[in-house]
Amino acid sequence: MAHDMDAARDELREDDGHLRDPRTGEFREETMIINMGPQHPSTHGVLRLLLELDGETVIRCKPIIGYLHTGIEKNTEYRTWMQGVTFVTRADYLSPFFNELGYCMAAERLLGIEVPERAQIIRVLVCELTRISSHLVWLATGGLELGAVSVMLYGFREREVILDIFEALTGLRMNHAYIRIGGVLMDLPDEGPRKIREFLDLMPRRIDEFDTLLSKNPIWLERNVGVGVMSAERCLELGVTGPVLRSAGVAADLRKDMPYSGYETYDFDVPVRTDADAYARYVLRLEEMRQSLRIVEQALERLEEVGGPIMVEDPKVRWPAKLTVGPDGIGNDEEYLRHIMEESMEALIHHFKIVTQGVSVPAGEVYQLVESPRGELGYYVNSQGDHRPYRVKIRDPSFVNLQAIPDMVEGSLVADTIAAIASLDPVMGGVDR
Amino acid sequence: MPVERIEGIHLGKTPEEIEDEVERGVLLTTLDRAVGWARKQSMWPATFGLACCAIEMMSTGAGKYDLSRWGMELFRASPRQADLMIVAGRVSQKMAPVLRRVYDQMVEPKWVISMGVCASAGGMFTNYAIVQGVDTIVPVDVYVPGCPPKPEMLMHGILRLHEKVRTSGTFR
Amino acid sequence: MPVDDIAGRIRGSYPDVVVARGEVTVIVGRDELRDVLVWLREDPELQLGFLSCVTATDHPDADPRVWMVYEMRSMARRHRARVKVGLAEHDLHVPSVTDLFPTADWQEREVYDLFGVVFDGHPDLTRILLPDDWEGHPLRKTEELGGVNTRYHGAFIPPVDKRGMA
Repeated sequence: MAHDMDAARDELREDDGHLRDPRTGEFREETMIINMGPQHPSTHGVLRLLLELDGETVIRCKPIIGYLHTGIEKNTEYRTWMQGVTFVTRADYLSPFFNELGYCMAAERLLGIEVPERAQIIRVLVCELTRISSHLVWLATGGLELGAVSVMLYGFREREVILDIFEALTGLRMNHAYIRIGGVLMDLPDEGPRKIREFLDLMPRRIDEFDTLLSKNPIWLERNVGVGVMSAERCLELGVTGPVLRSAGVAADLRKDMPYSGYETYDFDVPVRTDADAYARYVLRLEEMRQSLRIVEQALERLEEVGGPIMVEDPKVRWPAKLTVGPDGIGNDEEYLRHIMEESMEALIHHFKIVTQGVSVPAGEVYQLVESPRGELGYYVNSQGDHRPYRVKIRDPSFVNLQAIPDMVEGSLVADTIAAIASLDPVMGGVDR
Repeated sequence: MPVERIEGIHLGKTPEEIEDEVERGVLLTTLDRAVGWARKQSMWPATFGLACCAIEMMSTGAGKYDLSRWGMELFRASPRQADLMIVAGRVSQKMAPVLRRVYDQMVEPKWVISMGVCASAGGMFTNYAIVQGVDTIVPVDVYVPGCPPKPEMLMHGILRLHEKVRTSGTFR
Repeated sequence: MPVDDIAGRIRGSYPDVVVARGEVTVIVGRDELRDVLVWLREDPELQLGFLSCVTATDHPDADPRVWMVYEMRSMARRHRARVKVGLAEHDLHVPSVTDLFPTADWQEREVYDLFGVVFDGHPDLTRILLPDDWEGHPLRKTEELGGVNTRYHGAFIPPVDKRGMA
């Protein structure tokens, strides 16, 4: 690793062999290169930063990524379209439903199918709950990094409530593979709406508590105000989206700009700040949680009125197995098993074909955008008319946003680097994929 | 009398005799058992969060599951202060040398828990990028299955490791 | 702006435009790439100023072998368009657009890393996701998936059932 650092130092040199301070332009002789990461408690996972320091001031910063490169994109090319969901959900593991949604919507557009309304509502519901849980992890880890350990405990306490809901809905706390091509896996369980209502009653109070605890806390203000400033112009040049862009005064939100899954029919606001610093992003994310609660509430109301299927009817597309909760917790539906084994040969053939081969998707390419908690999440999906995707590219917001780190931290103190990264909220699973 | 509930300390006497012994301020056991018991009670994990499992590891340490019930809430940022490495998540080929380096920096005696299928065997990611099992790089004491394992599963793995630490000898 | 209007507007300057599944795709030659991206950004009707994604697909038996994909988006006009450039197998070079769109920096490095496409004029074209001394470009279709037997640094990892306990 030492030779890496030497190479980086050489790279930072001017032609005449001197190091230059980017702010004042004066030459510096004594600087220090510090290697922060990849195993560092404050870098949100396995991010590595090469920092060149003049005392406590960061002169230059070079992020090095790839320590969690998982080959998800390659793996999807070797699996059926259905199995692809289980891979993409593990890319950005703090917002699994958004990955599933982007991938499934891309596949659905290639197939040219319309998802039933009830499934659309459930998708919106789980996505907005995920946005809240993702922001809670940001608050928890961000707080921990700035020394506010109690915030970490509170953040995870609230997140557990959401994970309980997810477990009741999907069977899993994380990496659900719940949104499937053509709809969702299962309808809400009987206790689902009650659990979500309880959460809706609880959460506004808890957000107010965060507000009381932090918003006027002198240490929190000291660590966040004026830190990690990024102007809107620079954000757009670097492709930075999500809360960071909105904190710079641009009301860009794909749920409003290019609505999908019926977001245009929900009533919610896109919070915007103009200070463009870490504190503005904190205020913004708290407000986004409140807005997500509004959407969840509306979705829950609609679910009471809108019935019907949660998966398309087309037997060439829909996942055939029906799951019911048996005495052992979960299992195949006995009625359905009797139907395919004893009553209908055609149903058995469809079941066999789709389970062994999966969906066959017509050739073509689409690019599907969804608004993840971190910004613009894009799925470029290319099909050659096969049972497997030909290419799945995940345009992850964390990956693109991370390019802004040098702009944010150069010229500031080392301690501010931590606050700036926390305000960017990168998830390395999404960055490296 | 709480004395007879101290695990792993063989006293070889009836409770009445124990009370007499304690009154005299003498406690008999073997060195191995006393050391094993002490080590088990004060494990400090290193933070080695990599992917999804790291989030579940943090949940395990947070309020609801509360690892501090076993005196383990203190995740150490420096490997020099830790004696347990919980490899939480998929290990890429690029990360593997770093992982080994962190392991080497930990002081003996040290233990490793491989959390989740990715760390244990590569899991669903049988591909060019992922190390197919962290046991090819560092010796693993306990494997915890799951993708990701629930906090209860990690706690079970930790308790099994405690059992192992308690019963294994002083010198390894 | 409706998809057909976008397509019609672009067709006036760059004739090879395809509309499919509600998306506009402009196919241009390698030499025109930088010009068309700037034109899309500067055009007062289109205003496609936000480069969302740079990626590629690999088709080993076809010519062109690699298709570069540039996804453009307009925040103001709320529409999108895609620019594609085909690259022949023996000449996987394409001009870098990093100076025009700084966001392309890491995205081009990623395509270089995973596909081996060389971006002429890129300030720092090095591997980004894989280790620096990695051989090959894993997302090419000719590269196998890998897994049990890795070939990084000559390491051999036996199948799970043949591993001894460490």
